[in-house]
Amino acid sequence: LWYLFSPSVDKAWKELTNILSGIFCASLNFIDSTNTVTPTASFKPLGLANGTDHRLLRYTVLPREVVCTENLTPWKKLLPCGSKAGLAVLLKAERLFHSSYHSQAVHIRPICRDASCLAVSWELRQTLTVVFDSFCSSQGKKDWSLFKMFSRTLTDACPLASESKVYVDISPKNKEKELLEVTPAPTSVHEAVVQGDKRTYAVYDLLSPSLFNTSRSLNVQLKWKRPQDSSELPTPVLHAQRYVSGYGLQTGQICTLIYNTHPYRAFPVMLLETVPWYLRLYVHTLTITTKGKENKPSYIHYEPAQDRRRPHLLEMLIQLPASSVTKITIQFERALLKWTEYTPDPNHGFYVGSSVLSALLPSVIAMKDVDVEQSPLFTSLFPSSDGSSYFVRLYTEPLLVNLPTPDFSMPYNVICLTCTVVAVCYGSFYNLLTRTFQGGGGLAKRLANIIRRFRGVPPL
Amino acid sequence: VVEGLALLDLGVSPYSGAVFHETPLTIYLFHFLVEYAELVFVITDVLTAVALYLAIQDFNKVVFKKQKLLIELDKYAPDVAELIRTPMEMHYIPLKVALFYLLNPYTVMSCVAKSTCAINNTVIAFFILATIKGSAFLSAVFLALATYQSLYPLTLFAPALLYLLQRQFIPVKLKSKNFWLYTMQYASLYLCSLVVIICLSFFLLNSWDFIPSVYGFILSVPDLTPNIGLFWYFFAEMFEHFSLFFVCVFQINVFFYTIPLAIKLKEHPMFFMFVQIAIISIFKSYPTVGDVALYMAFLPVWSHLYRFLRNIFILSCVLIVCSFLFPVLWHLWIYAGSANSNFYYAITLTFNVGQILLISDYFYAFLRREYYLTHGLHLTRQDGTEAMLVLK
Repeated sequence: LWYLFSPSVDKAWKELTNILSGIFCASLNFIDSTNTVTPTASFKPLGLANGTDHRLLRYTVLPREVVCTENLTPWKKLLPCGSKAGLAVLLKAERLFHSSYHSQAVHIRPICRDASCLAVSWELRQTLTVVFDSFCSSQGKKDWSLFKMFSRTLTDACPLASESKVYVDISPKNKEKELLEVTPAPTSVHEAVVQGDKRTYAVYDLLSPSLFNTSRSLNVQLKWKRPQDSSELPTPVLHAQRYVSGYGLQTGQICTLIYNTHPYRAFPVMLLETVPWYLRLYVHTLTITTKGKENKPSYIHYEPAQDRRRPHLLEMLIQLPASSVTKITIQFERALLKWTEYTPDPNHGFYVGSSVLSALLPSVIAMKDVDVEQSPLFTSLFPSSDGSSYFVRLYTEPLLVNLPTPDFSMPYNVICLTCTVVAVCYGSFYNLLTRTFQGGGGLAKRLANIIRRFRGVPPL
Repeated sequence: VVEGLALLDLGVSPYSGAVFHETPLTIYLFHFLVEYAELVFVITDVLTAVALYLAIQDFNKVVFKKQKLLIELDKYAPDVAELIRTPMEMHYIPLKVALFYLLNPYTVMSCVAKSTCAINNTVIAFFILATIKGSAFLSAVFLALATYQSLYPLTLFAPALLYLLQRQFIPVKLKSKNFWLYTMQYASLYLCSLVVIICLSFFLLNSWDFIPSVYGFILSVPDLTPNIGLFWYFFAEMFEHFSLFFVCVFQINVFFYTIPLAIKLKEHPMFFMFVQIAIISIFKSYPTVGDVALYMAFLPVWSHLYRFLRNIFILSCVLIVCSFLFPVLWHLWIYAGSANSNFYYAITLTFNVGQILLISDYFYAFLRREYYLTHGLHLTRQDGTEAMLVLK
């Protein structure tokens, strides 16, 4: 969750997180100062902005929260027709969560109301990303259809929508045409340069009257003409991986691998890492190596964590040479927490939120400056300020780290035993300080004589 | 310290995080010496041993002079000839003290680990040397440095003051003007040096950030990383409601033995110093084995008490066994995962009980020898039968 504020930031942040927690039925109320950071360079305001101070920006990640049905329902309620009409009828929970990857997002930004830009409106953009693994479910064939994926079809457009379109990517690979076939026939074909690639889309306009002429429902189907040989997916220009290495519960190492697969262009990438306070990072162990040599970042901003108050923040601008793998490692020590600070399942581990990589990637094909009015979808999903590069924000995997745990059944025992040890010292010293030696006999002498008789030694 | 230097290089205050808790003078010192860190720690250990050697050499002379005076004044009972110490037996004690410190496995471990405890030990050793030599100014300066680095040597003010008063032949009487004059002098020397050092630290890094990070950290114990002390598990398992109360209790526990010990041991300030250093090493908030090595170096000075020690065999066994079990049970908890924190905590408890009983055993033996010196070795009751000595 990231947001830019006007002054009195922290109070507004707390109110916002609580309100959003209520709206989306997500536990966003767990956002507090222990997991909020103020990045300096990774996030720039979208839409209209007057050069905001980066100190007013807040960023949080809650890696332990999972997205589920009760988050989808309020998300759908924000749509003008809900899930009753339009494209959203496809979004039924039992099919959406039967997938390999699921992600939903809500973006709000200020934009010009019209071309003269005299007034500012707020734009709400909702995105839902789902990856269906139809390859496994359909016996090895890569054909799919809307009915197979969502178990329902589109019947009409939302009456409140000014535009309602379905885009199907039918880009030919290796300039071979007629490799695949979409049914029914699309209303139009749209070509765009998306993330450096020329892509062709079949467009189904639900508002055009010709679409529902032949049948009441629209079921988009895609069939491959030839059986697919193992065709590789093109690797993206920038991708990253993150993992924890090391053994034992005392120390560890966070390693991030960033791949630049572009054959000849180098570009810089901004890495933002937020690590919770109970993994104490040692910034003098930070090493960045590319192709075996040290790679010094051109910008580093590091804010160390304070126990129980704020997390670590590490932001770096790293230059990635062409066709290379960059490895960033930093060592940490695991802290022992107070027994009340552990979750009810402490041996599950503690999550470290994903790190964020922001980069302007060079584009192989020159991109035309497209008008916002003409294709609002593509300008907001794939923005590009100039024709030669496009912006990409990547999130790495979250990490799961085990911390050493005390024995949770022992608070009373520990207090008693430790206080006993302190009392042993106090007692011995009290005796030695307040009592004096005296020639005594009495009980001690009699006991000593009994023991001496057993030993066969003459008595005292 | 390396992390603090790296943070300074990045332009961030080393005290803005929770990893660095050393004083600014340490950063300043290691700014120049970080390349030769191993050599620095070897040299500090050697300096500590040399300071202890010179200090105990002088101390033995003082002890022998005092003993001669008391014999001439007929303060000793007639049959204590075997308890009187001779220069011959005291000849090798300074060397033994230096060797006890240098060859102690705890010292070697501290040196290899490059723990800043070694620097603290050096400052305290120089403080003891300055006190025994009688220089109030140097003693106050080194005590201020030791207090500046870790708060607890503040309690060593009392034994040093008593020793210096004894050396100046000023009797410790609350009504005596001389006593108060000297005390005020020493206290003002100490406080002025402390203030100067703290202001110097402020000017080094241009902020007062180091005070909560160094002293607030020592006093409030926020970091619960396991060590050989008693604090970490206690506060890991503490109910949040009582946390502040028990922090105060544990901190008072370190400081409040000073006054009773000062009253009981005002004739023997060096033994008082030894007991005080031991209490600091056991009950400080973040103890290390380097602190244990420092007070153990003094044990040869009291080797004449050996015949009165009651439990020395079992205590040495406890300490040796615990020292071996510490790394074993740590490995089992943290790396093998087959034991849990209770195993390591139990060894912590046993080790601390062993240390406490060792100190109280030496204290008992010391007091007993003093009693025998004044009352004679063979005690008889009124009716002539032999009596046993009991602490009542």
